[in-house]
Amino acid sequence: MKYKNPFEHLINPGHTACPGCGQLIAARHVIDACGKDTIIANATGCLEVTTSKHPTSSWKVPWIHSLFENSSAVGTGILAALKSKGLDNKVKVLVQGGDGSTFDIGLGLISGMWERGDNILYVCYDTEVYSNTGYQASGATPHDAFTRTSWPGKKSLGNTYYKKNMVEIALAHRVPYVATSTSGYIEDIKRKVKKAWGIEGPKFIHILTPCVPGWGINDNQAIEMGKLAQKTGFFPVVEFINGELVNAMKVPQSKPKVEEYLKQHIRFKHLFKDPRGKEEIAGLQKICEENIRKYNLK
Amino acid sequence: MENKNKQILEGSHAVAEIVRRLRPAVVSAYPITPQTHIVEDLEKMKAEGLADFEYINTESEFAAASVVLGASATGVRTYTATSSQGLLLMTEVLFNIAGLRLPVVITCANRAVSSPINIWNDQQDSVTIRDAGWIQLYGETNQEVVDLHVLAYKLAESLMLPVMINMDGFALTHTYEPVEIPEESLVKKYLPAYSAPKDTILDINNPHSLGTFATPERYMEIRQELFEDVAASKKEIVKQNSEFKKVFGRGVGNGLFEEYKTKDAEIILVAMGSVCGTIKQAIDDLRNKGKKVGLLKIILFRPFPDDEITAIVNKAKYIGVVDKSISIGTEGILASDVKRACYGKTKVQIKSFVVGLGGRDVTEGMIEKIVGLVKEKNNETQFIGF
Repeated sequence: MKYKNPFEHLINPGHTACPGCGQLIAARHVIDACGKDTIIANATGCLEVTTSKHPTSSWKVPWIHSLFENSSAVGTGILAALKSKGLDNKVKVLVQGGDGSTFDIGLGLISGMWERGDNILYVCYDTEVYSNTGYQASGATPHDAFTRTSWPGKKSLGNTYYKKNMVEIALAHRVPYVATSTSGYIEDIKRKVKKAWGIEGPKFIHILTPCVPGWGINDNQAIEMGKLAQKTGFFPVVEFINGELVNAMKVPQSKPKVEEYLKQHIRFKHLFKDPRGKEEIAGLQKICEENIRKYNLK
Repeated sequence: MENKNKQILEGSHAVAEIVRRLRPAVVSAYPITPQTHIVEDLEKMKAEGLADFEYINTESEFAAASVVLGASATGVRTYTATSSQGLLLMTEVLFNIAGLRLPVVITCANRAVSSPINIWNDQQDSVTIRDAGWIQLYGETNQEVVDLHVLAYKLAESLMLPVMINMDGFALTHTYEPVEIPEESLVKKYLPAYSAPKDTILDINNPHSLGTFATPERYMEIRQELFEDVAASKKEIVKQNSEFKKVFGRGVGNGLFEEYKTKDAEIILVAMGSVCGTIKQAIDDLRNKGKKVGLLKIILFRPFPDDEITAIVNKAKYIGVVDKSISIGTEGILASDVKRACYGKTKVQIKSFVVGLGGRDVTEGMIEKIVGLVKEKNNETQFIGF
């Protein structure tokens, strides 16, 4: 990748994200791949808070934040206004939010946007936890993960729920372009964003973006963990066009076991300390195997 | 001349017709009784090619309000309508729209709030969101409601503040009355195409960040500014109402309120919305019996015309505020406002009466009863159901 002067990106330096934040890395490349002719509707969350402290802003494209759950409907409104001005073929609408706004509080409104068939790219930056409020469990939190609302203890081994499958939810809406990626694969993110814009109608890109404090990883690990999540099969990197799986990033032949990934995160530390953890780790490995089979990742 | 152009129209249809003439670029709504006829008519106009706005059906009122927010932030004229639960569901967005200083216009077809669920009229919905930062207007008749829509857009776009027009569900929305819909050419002249301020909209040639986050060092002043601008909007409302009169030959009261037989009144009732029609009729009958009763009809509920109404209150000895809503734990909401407005500036007794909740008919008999009770010394809110 060619080095770029930081001020040439469409997100300027000076934001307040944590050092090594996986989300900011991904978001910077998403907007760079979209280009200057893009309007962003951004949900409440880390990305919003860290880039828009009044009266400053890191954004070099028109950007709006309204609420936590409504960025998709705000996006529809922007697109409708552009249509009425005859600008909808000249200006792109990008809606973005974290896993809380995508999997949980904003899901109904995203469903509405997809039902309407709006020509909007929706990007979810999935930190698998409510990072912005201090690491509480979301609908994207993996099973067994420790969060501030899924404590391991005598009677618990962390999150009792399972991560929702947003890809399948999107596919059930007949979203013509559905893809996943991770902060570990910047070139993949850029390629998918560009590809998405070549397709008319709703587009959904789900990016796993490691959260340094939320996951309890080092600030130089966001890229590495993004890669490892894919390599273990824990987070499948796939691409669907018109409902068909057209691309899946293969896991290595000698793929790492899920515990290679888990043991590097404080959020899974309890699984290695508690004797009951072994069974749970086996359960998570099973999820990886299912993903590998389902999406043909071998 | 006015009569010649009058038609017998259903209130909702009259609203849809004036909204069409006001030329919003984006309309978005979610159906709820008794707002439905308004949005059905608008969608039909679009289908028949009589209007060229973008019409967006949404999956909830929350989304509808968010759609008009996004469209307004992109610099076009917008419209939505709702009622009751729908308005409450929109609440978070309504505060946001005001904070973003977007000139969104909404019609609220006033309806009771659950529980118990009830689709009929009172004003609990709109008064409950009185602190959201919206200008709130209330019409007595469908003619006033139509005219208030024209005024609303003028105000919203000149002040960069959102405006809500309230019309009583069924009593106005589903009632046929003679209404004059202002001529298209006159409407166009009074309200030209919307040209949004350049530095506050989403434009790729002039990128700005809207809805940024404010720390304790900044937040308070921004809220204070909104408070002051909404308070100052009263002047503009009076001014625009006079302009409106010049163009259309009639206004809505003085833009803030209307006085009915208050000049020599011993008792003045205060109310807003369609119930004022019944009150006026009751006053005429009471005056025939020698009782000096008058009405102060509130048109502008937010910002509340504090100083302006104090002078009127002071003409009387007794004030009875007739609310179609209640702040549970205190009293009628309009009553609280009247008392607050007059605090330290009047010795007149002000009493709170609650009528017409959940569509209960308000009769002249009830108004006469209120007039009979208004001199009582206690300060209790009285519910007048029969």
